[in-house]
Amino acid sequence: MDAAQQRRHLSQIPGGQSFEQKLQRPLLAEDIQILQLNVGKACNLACKHCHVSAGPGRSEQMGREVFVTCLKILRRHAIGTIDVTGGAPEMNPHLPWFIAEAAKLKRRLMVRSNLAILHEEAFRHFIDLYADHQVEIITSLPHYHAQQTDRQRGSGVFAKVIDMMRVLNAKGYGRPGSNLLLHLVFNPVGAYLPGPQAALAHEYQQRLSQEHGVVFNQLFCLTNFPVGRYLEYLIRTENYEEYMSTLMAAFNWTAVQGVMCRTLLSVGWDGKLYDCDFNQMLELPVDHGAPSHIDIFEFDQLKSRQIVVANHCYACTAGAGSSCQGAIE
Amino acid sequence: MSQQYYEPKDLQDFPNITEYAPEPGKKFFEYYAQATQAGLLTEREKALIALAVATVRHCPYCIDAYTNKCLSLGVSSDEMMEAVHVGAAMTAGDVLAHATQVRKIIKKKEM
Ligand code: SF4
Ligand code: SF4
Repeated sequence: MDAAQQRRHLSQIPGGQSFEQKLQRPLLAEDIQILQLNVGKACNLACKHCHVSAGPGRSEQMGREVFVTCLKILRRHAIGTIDVTGGAPEMNPHLPWFIAEAAKLKRRLMVRSNLAILHEEAFRHFIDLYADHQVEIITSLPHYHAQQTDRQRGSGVFAKVIDMMRVLNAKGYGRPGSNLLLHLVFNPVGAYLPGPQAALAHEYQQRLSQEHGVVFNQLFCLTNFPVGRYLEYLIRTENYEEYMSTLMAAFNWTAVQGVMCRTLLSVGWDGKLYDCDFNQMLELPVDHGAPSHIDIFEFDQLKSRQIVVANHCYACTAGAGSSCQGAIE
Repeated sequence: MSQQYYEPKDLQDFPNITEYAPEPGKKFFEYYAQATQAGLLTEREKALIALAVATVRHCPYCIDAYTNKCLSLGVSSDEMMEAVHVGAAMTAGDVLAHATQVRKIIKKKEM
């Protein structure tokens, strides 16, 4: 499904009250504390829940000029966090250089890595690169059982991730007291919402340390967004209506205050600006008069911009809420 | 009539039972929340107990709610099925335990 088809599908929701109607007033950004760079859609995996629809066949990659412009902006403005995502970010050939440059800025620097890629010989050098520059690593592990994780991410991925966690733990990642941080992301392997973060974190910690001898810092619980490959899955399995109803029934006003777009700005591989990575995949750029390309970046205009919302936003406000940092409450 | 007695969306109306005779309803929900939240048992253990009870009691709402809750808590399908088997075994057991009553009467009455 292309972005326009996805948007059309998302405009049809059970009960009919759109996210915009539900909010009753415009959603406004309050700051830019995170600059998130989606550096490309190529990936060594092709997970079933992927909202990017990333995979080995995708060729979109952020070019050097866009990285350079991002660095200029970061130097000029006190944006506290640099958040690198993809695809598999490691597949972008400019990433090692960018990490080294970004690390000099002394901000919180994080990379969302699937870890399985670090298993491949050509990408192993990233392990030292990340550790040397104190890059915070965030990786998705949908379940502490191999069977469930592999069902979503592909055969053998669980074992590779656990293996790589061991290597990273040996470097100091995820160990108490170490400044090398390794976080895991739980997202449901199917058409249901994640459970309470604290309960799952406890289970993950116990199982992973007892059964596999690996440790991590925090577990973030994320709701799957009805975008990209996950939206296709919901439609194909006739789960779309029920899933949207569940999201809508779990709407929580408190979570609205904490949605990530209020403090985050997302940069696409081609330099276009979005309110978040999900809007990026739906090709809904920043609008309402704010600059929509990194070349015409204006901090003051963007930090209080009106967010572009649509019905997929219900995934951000369901239950305890779901930001890129897990549950909001 | 196209409507069914049991429809998934009926469950969404459950919190509204306090519309009439609100006091006992509110007390029930408070009690329910406290009984099912983590205590000495984890939320996960309690969700598995609730799932077994739901199947034993044949409640489609509770089966829906607690299968989803177990999934959300990362409970695997094998673990859920083990809990259902406990419920099934208990049900079979309590039927068969009553055979002792049948036997008692047989022993007393037969020559
Ligand atoms: S979810 Fe992540 S690892 Fe999986 S295909 Fe998408 S980008 Fe790649
Ligand atoms: S989906 Fe994106 S735009 Fe919508 S509320 Fe969530 S972060 Fe904001």
